[in-house]
Amino acid sequence: MDAFLYHRRKFANVAGLALSAAAMSVGLAALGWILWTLFASGLAAFGADLFLESTPAPGTQGGGLANAIVGSAMMVAFATFVATPIGILAGIHLAEFGARSRFASITRFVTDIMLSAPSIVIGLFVYAIAVATVGHFSGWAGSLALALIAIPVVVRTTENMLLLVPGSLREAAFALGAPRWKVSLAVALRAVRGGVVTGVLLAVARIAGETAPLLFTALNNQFFTADMRAPMANLPVVIYNFAMSPYENWQQLAWGGAALIALVVLGLNVLARVMFRDRQRG
Amino acid sequence: MTNAAMAERTTIDAAFDRTAYTTPQAARANVGDSRGRRFAAQDRAFVAITRFFAALVLVALTGILVALVVEAWPALRTFGAGFLVGTTWSPADDVYGAVVAGYGTIATSAIALAIAVPVSFGIAVFLTEMCPAKLARPLGIAVELLAGIPSIIYGFWGLFVLAPVLQTQVQPLLAASGLPIFAGPPLGIGVFTAGVVLALMVVPFVASVMRDVFQTVPPVLKESAYGLGCTTWEVVRHVVLPYTRIGVVGGVMLGLGRALGETMAVTFVIGNANRLSPSLFAPGNSIASTLANEFAEADPVLHIPSLFALGLLLFVITFVVLGVAKWLVQRSAARAGV
Repeated sequence: MDAFLYHRRKFANVAGLALSAAAMSVGLAALGWILWTLFASGLAAFGADLFLESTPAPGTQGGGLANAIVGSAMMVAFATFVATPIGILAGIHLAEFGARSRFASITRFVTDIMLSAPSIVIGLFVYAIAVATVGHFSGWAGSLALALIAIPVVVRTTENMLLLVPGSLREAAFALGAPRWKVSLAVALRAVRGGVVTGVLLAVARIAGETAPLLFTALNNQFFTADMRAPMANLPVVIYNFAMSPYENWQQLAWGGAALIALVVLGLNVLARVMFRDRQRG
Repeated sequence: MTNAAMAERTTIDAAFDRTAYTTPQAARANVGDSRGRRFAAQDRAFVAITRFFAALVLVALTGILVALVVEAWPALRTFGAGFLVGTTWSPADDVYGAVVAGYGTIATSAIALAIAVPVSFGIAVFLTEMCPAKLARPLGIAVELLAGIPSIIYGFWGLFVLAPVLQTQVQPLLAASGLPIFAGPPLGIGVFTAGVVLALMVVPFVASVMRDVFQTVPPVLKESAYGLGCTTWEVVRHVVLPYTRIGVVGGVMLGLGRALGETMAVTFVIGNANRLSPSLFAPGNSIASTLANEFAEADPVLHIPSLFALGLLLFVITFVVLGVAKWLVQRSAARAGV
């Protein structure tokens, strides 16, 4: 009887742990498979044309993604430019003055929800306020949608970083007679600036690959343009349209674009991680 | 850690209130010079500025709900509650009901969770209980990096690589079971494939949340169980899981929130067909994929408002799911004293 129980427990243990290890290997294998096919097929499409030529017309050979790359870069840059100060200041408020206020806890809750809210709904919102009112799609609208997605990321990382600043550091500054704004900006924020930059990098990584909110804000543009008032080409939407197309060379470009985005996003994530680790050690 | 930092901040706030540094009278009494007053004014301005930006965030993000309701109003007025139970979605006849898209959203998310929850659980157990410490960190980082890959990559890969494999290898096997949900020709794209791609996408996310929650279990508890002679699996089942139950459910719901609202991973492979089918192999549509496919070319009179109504429905569902998830995760973190 005891031997039976002993064997059963041992068997359950081995079976459970084997299944866990199997889950880990299946998970890693699937994700490795994704990256492998992506880079194997995507890097084959890399070449000077990819970065120098604009998206080709239907049925023509060659072409590249220059207009989409520039469009994406402009929209992401502008969105980051808007989201960073707003996010940091709002994050400062939550961390420095929001310990006891109801307003801050509501803001915190809504920001948390927005971190994982469906991005396509944000696209709908921006369509309502910035496309329907103006009457046409535009790069500005796309940028605005991306900024709305980036803001919660910056707010939350800024707040979390500021909460790591030891109280003694602030008290020392206060004892020297510094006003609160100076303590917040020149002491606390300065002490965690690496972490805050990390937050901004993560926000950029997040919006660089966002597709859904751009589908009906920036739309797409077959031609090269730096005019943010017009519909603007961008990598994610071009990948989507080209992947769904019947043309061989369009699909090739979509693979190249997908590999490019994955490289940029993974690179930003790694950079953010390395920076944050160095700051923590130092 | 967060709670302790918060408490510290509260003490600092209270100290400021007691010395009343920020009131002009106190500044005059304490220092008696104009610098104290100037600082007090600067501080008030600084607090006001940061509060303005926090309020801006709140207004911008809650404004979404208002905008959705306003834009969806024509459709809500025309169809009323019938919108929620209408099974027809036909731009040609200008008749819109949410059931087809709602079903697609729920079915794909359910398939995704059915696959992702056990796999994520296994990964989290492996990372926290089995893996040598040297491997745990790099593997954990790999999982987190994969959680950051844009969803369009998953959808794109699903269409070109996974769909053909499922069509030729997996779907015939499932069809052999004879169940009505696996009936029909294996097309490769459809509700089933969308669910599998979604599962791949949420696994890294759910696994890293679960791992974080598992790490909140005090080592003393686990060591006591080991000391009584428990096997690793018994520790996981009878110590770790009961202790982290709330947080695990919260993590799963965060994953559900992602899956429900996911657009690109689904749009590529769901097949874009506005009809209900009992078979999971049939093409369908989710709320997000309907929006992605139809919005840019929709007719503004009733089609666009109906799409906004779908978006509103999605927003409300995810808001509730994510709200409950946040509450559960926070409760579990508070209990663990983190």
